[in-house]
Amino acid sequence: MVDFLNALVALLNFVIVPATAYGSQLALGALGVTLIYGILRFSNFAHGDTMAFGAMVTILVTWWLQSMGVSLGPLPTALLAVPAGIAATALLLLGTDRVVYRFYRRQRAAPVIFLIVSLGVMFIMNGLVRLIIGVDDQRFADGERFIISARDFKELTGLREGLAIKTSQGITVVVTVIAVALLFWFLNRTRTGKSMRAFSDNEDLALLSGINPERVVTITWLIVAALATVAGVLYGLDKSFKPFTYFQLLLPIFAAAIVGGLGNPLGAIAGGFVIAFSEVTITYAFKKVATYILPEALSPSGLVQLLSTDYKFAVSFAILLIVLLFRPTGIFAGKKL
Amino acid sequence: MTDTPRTILLFGLVLGLIVMTGFTTSWNVALNIFNMGLISAIMALGVNMQWGYAGLLNVGVMGFVALGGLGAVVVSMDPVDEAWAAGGLGIILALLIGFGTVLAAIVAWGRIPAGRTRVLTLLAILIIGFFVYRALFDPAVAAIEAVDPAATGYLGGLGLPVLLAWPAGGLLAAGAAWIVGKTALGLRSDYLAIATLGIAEIIIAVLKNEDWLSRGVKNVIGLPRPVPYEVDLQNDPGFVARVEGFGFDPVTASSITVKLAYSGLFIIVLLVLIWLTQAALNSPWGRMMRAIRDNETAAEAMGKDVKARHLQVFILGSAICGLAGAMMTTLDGQLTPGTYQPLRFTFLVWVMVIVGGSGNNFGAVLGGFLIWFLWVMVEPYGLAAIEFATAGLPDGSALKDHLLDSAAHMRLLTMGVILLVVLRFSPRGLLPER
Repeated sequence: MVDFLNALVALLNFVIVPATAYGSQLALGALGVTLIYGILRFSNFAHGDTMAFGAMVTILVTWWLQSMGVSLGPLPTALLAVPAGIAATALLLLGTDRVVYRFYRRQRAAPVIFLIVSLGVMFIMNGLVRLIIGVDDQRFADGERFIISARDFKELTGLREGLAIKTSQGITVVVTVIAVALLFWFLNRTRTGKSMRAFSDNEDLALLSGINPERVVTITWLIVAALATVAGVLYGLDKSFKPFTYFQLLLPIFAAAIVGGLGNPLGAIAGGFVIAFSEVTITYAFKKVATYILPEALSPSGLVQLLSTDYKFAVSFAILLIVLLFRPTGIFAGKKL
Repeated sequence: MTDTPRTILLFGLVLGLIVMTGFTTSWNVALNIFNMGLISAIMALGVNMQWGYAGLLNVGVMGFVALGGLGAVVVSMDPVDEAWAAGGLGIILALLIGFGTVLAAIVAWGRIPAGRTRVLTLLAILIIGFFVYRALFDPAVAAIEAVDPAATGYLGGLGLPVLLAWPAGGLLAAGAAWIVGKTALGLRSDYLAIATLGIAEIIIAVLKNEDWLSRGVKNVIGLPRPVPYEVDLQNDPGFVARVEGFGFDPVTASSITVKLAYSGLFIIVLLVLIWLTQAALNSPWGRMMRAIRDNETAAEAMGKDVKARHLQVFILGSAICGLAGAMMTTLDGQLTPGTYQPLRFTFLVWVMVIVGGSGNNFGAVLGGFLIWFLWVMVEPYGLAAIEFATAGLPDGSALKDHLLDSAAHMRLLTMGVILLVVLRFSPRGLLPER
């Protein structure tokens, strides 16, 4: 019985808790991608770098706050800086839309053209981030590191395995729940949200009924800025901030959005968790868990790891391919906002 | 080639820029730019086949380029006999079993009628196959990587002449493209983009981590060369006498001779490829390709096999990228999996094609040279600009140091601006498709 509890705690500690946090971050990123796809109708390759930009502004403001001696006690100061990050990212995205995307929208350019244009935007944002903060790892988390540390947990329960929950992981989940609840309330309950959904469902009909498309687009970018910044900051708090990893997040984020069905917010959230849990489960070495559960004679000699962690991209990619081959519109049929 | 004067003018301009670098900086730098420009032009030709001819969005160029580099290693390095003795057989057996498992799964999927039996059989085949594969693979890898890890620790190659590696790199990339194309080409264009993006990341991950194959991040260095070594030239009295007769320094002359030899080889490859791609574009096949690109439904109604043609052009384009990758690895003399970055090897090639003019082979080549030149030169120019802009700040101020350090990243910004400006004001590129 104790062995079973130990195995359970080990599983929680190394798989379920990290995957929940990672899944929340992916879900927030995928929500942004899916919103852009639903309203503006293109795959935005600049999204990873948008997240990096939002996180970068937040980090800079955090450093400034820290230097002023402001702090949130046990919580990371970065939470105070997030609104500033969102505001800066919103300005950047609205500016990009004005200068770049609007021209193609007026021309009713094909989605592929938009995609290539977003590559150009990606270059610029990537360059901006590297220019301003550089390419190195930046740590900006402060406050209490753990909600419960492995040692406290062991002393508390007397088990041999410890369960550590980082503050950043707790904050990630709480913030994600709040953000998602706000988003769904907005989309389903407010007039503006409903007009966005109408626009996504049938653009011509929405225009006929007097919805102002530019307003819908502006609000979409504002929401995307908020989602991207929050996702970027949470990921940075949990892991660390490095511009290149944000670019690489593009793949799991798109995989999450597509697996859930592009254009479907609920699908994006589900997709984020599907991708995160498969990534962590497949790359986790189950030796520890197995030694607790299996009888002595059967205990494994190897690490019982299906894939090395270096291949985590292969996991999101494989899931993406499987879903696309067998259910091309995603788990929840795509294109419904 | 309707716009011949414009083509000649623009090519003259770019070559002039490179020659100017030769006069103002040094001929070594200019030749480096020129050689990498040739390779970039070849990559751009490959992407142009896929995007310009057929409208396929491949953002996994980096993967195919890296595979070409692997091809160069596999063909030209000497085999490591001890490693082969230690685990060569195990690796081959394991790979065969892995391949057989996938094949069996595909056959089972096709033969067994849909239902629970099919799913269970499939799972059984995959799980058993995977464990057998790992049981053979892991010890073999451990044995190989234990063989003198500081110097080798991998299987080595076939020890063939390095020039053979170029077509071999192309073939390797073509094989990968076949697998990708078979699974992903039926998808919508943006799904294909994501799929290729993923493939490229996976290929790089394999090169970085499968030490038995490519030494991973320990890099394979000292690839054999198709041209003489500088040192040998400097020790050759005939060569020294000849260049001194012209009044050159033997050391500089030797390195320039080597670079010129590379340029010669690359120019031959590029000319052959231009000739082939132009012939293909102007043949009935090329017209069919463009018809499919412009209206898939209509082309299908005319009896064209759209899926097969897409697969064909995807493989051809990827093979060209692989060829370019093998040539680049040969030029560098080393395979460094850690240096493959999507911005440099995928998206920059896209900028080349779009700026040069998608659908026009000469445009792609021009874009290759021009964008590569800018990519290299923006850094010193950016540095100079920032130095000028911060001249008023006191030396040692944190902001000034930071800006000077960051000058290297100006190039990304510049490339993005160039891409957006061209897309907006001249969406068909510098040399439009006629």
